[in-house]
Amino acid sequence: MSVMLDIRGLTKTFGPFTAVDDVSFSVSSGEVLGFLGPNGAGKSTTMKMVTGFLPPTSGTAIVCGADVTRDPIAVKRHVGYLPEGAPLYEDMTTAGLLSFAAEIRGINGAARRSAIDAAVERLQLNEVYNQPIGTLSKGFKRRVGFAQAILHDPDVLILDEPTDGLDPNQKHQVRNLIAEMSKDKAIVISTHILEEVDAVCTRAVVIARGRKVADGTPADLESRSAYFNAVSVRLHPNQVDNLKNALEGIGDIVGIETADVAASSAHVIVMARDGTAIVETVNARLKDRGIAAQQLYVERGRLDDVFRQITSGAGDAR
Amino acid sequence: MSTVYAISKRELTAYFSTPLAYVFIVIFLALAGATTFYFGGFFNRGQADLQSFFSFHPWLYLFLIPAVGMRLWAEERKSGTIELLMTLPVSTTQAVIGKFLAAWIFTGIGLALTFPIWITVNYLGSPDNGVIFAGYVASFLMAGAFLSIGSFVSALTRNQVIAFVIAAAACFLFMMSGLEPVQSAFRGWASSFVIDLVASLSFLTHFDAITKGVFDLRDIIYLGSVIGVFLFANVVIVDIKKGS
Repeated sequence: MSVMLDIRGLTKTFGPFTAVDDVSFSVSSGEVLGFLGPNGAGKSTTMKMVTGFLPPTSGTAIVCGADVTRDPIAVKRHVGYLPEGAPLYEDMTTAGLLSFAAEIRGINGAARRSAIDAAVERLQLNEVYNQPIGTLSKGFKRRVGFAQAILHDPDVLILDEPTDGLDPNQKHQVRNLIAEMSKDKAIVISTHILEEVDAVCTRAVVIARGRKVADGTPADLESRSAYFNAVSVRLHPNQVDNLKNALEGIGDIVGIETADVAASSAHVIVMARDGTAIVETVNARLKDRGIAAQQLYVERGRLDDVFRQITSGAGDAR
Repeated sequence: MSTVYAISKRELTAYFSTPLAYVFIVIFLALAGATTFYFGGFFNRGQADLQSFFSFHPWLYLFLIPAVGMRLWAEERKSGTIELLMTLPVSTTQAVIGKFLAAWIFTGIGLALTFPIWITVNYLGSPDNGVIFAGYVASFLMAGAFLSIGSFVSALTRNQVIAFVIAAAACFLFMMSGLEPVQSAFRGWASSFVIDLVASLSFLTHFDAITKGVFDLRDIIYLGSVIGVFLFANVVIVDIKKGS
């Protein structure tokens, strides 16, 4: 596990507007970093600076030892980048575009052939190999952009919303691909789809209004949720009041929410104070009072909840 | 160098993958022929030279070249592919030169396809082929100068129509700077040095000199420097504008 990408105090201002404000973090090989934030938080701007497209106002990014402000070309050689929306030359064929990217990257001769074949194989682009990109579906376009990014087997892979606009099968495919490639690469994916973080990321960095507001494993983030270690109970609606009575007086319970009530089943969430483990206590009380639960499980914490909490919190602080 | 080559090749292929290339070449050839024979009085002049052919080139280039140059950068920015291109290991200078060369080669292909007129004049008489060669060189350099302006303007906007109109207007000013309309605008207030300077910037003056067979190095240097200056400005503008 060596550090492949090191972002140091990266800042970008556009006139009076600060898009990215002193963001620092590093990514090692083998890590898949989920880069999260609301729209307009500065995710794409950060990625554009790291990939050498935009010059930072201050700070820098070091990619495999190369400083993006001093030697952007060297950085670009180490990085595979899928820009937001996967812009591609629509008048070129898949074959033409991949061949162009390989040529620019100095992959020639037999190596070019095998690099293109490998990327086409990985992203299953055989059937559209000779089609103009402008005629392809969104899913295929995204995959062509992806193929372009992994063509030179980069050490650092930066993907700006790689699954945006894909159907569930394609999303699954792309996530598998990311997981498969993560062994020897440092991968950064930006997204606002939180399930993706759970699905592929080993770590998550959250930014809001240009500032980094959280950095940890998905489990760390989940534990910040008000729902972390809360206990969900499904039971017959006429038992809800009994349950509430039964749980009275337990200090670690901060509230009881009734989520949805149907004719034969009600969903009650028992909230824990600061994520204390309360399931055993709750379970014991239920048994004690002879309340029959249809279902009982511990909540893991909700990422979207945490996401809302920390990203809107940063706004209040300003 | 291989990077510039790769970019040029892609760009040139892109021209021929749209109808633009064929429209441009056909219209250029048709107009070059028509102006030579009808307005230039190719036959009536009774001289075995291509003066009547070359003298209309600046006017054809005036609206045809901006059409070739307008897409160079405006399209990249509009479609977002500039982000793809500029995150490949490519410097802005390489990208600007690569694109410019592709467009220049493309106009060169159009110019080369006027060869039947050269055959014609050689069939009808015995022209000075050195002068004709100089004419082709001048015409090609002039196309390059127009294109560098077109490429520069194209980097200023995402809108190809705006790029076309502004480039055509800028080329027109450069062409006319030696002639009365532009000169009189300066005469009232500027010193004679400024007026002479403006006049010396005229494409027409330099172009005419070369096509008459007067191969003055200064004219070549002039057109070459126009290309250099505008491509340099082009690099600066692409760097400034690419993120917006």
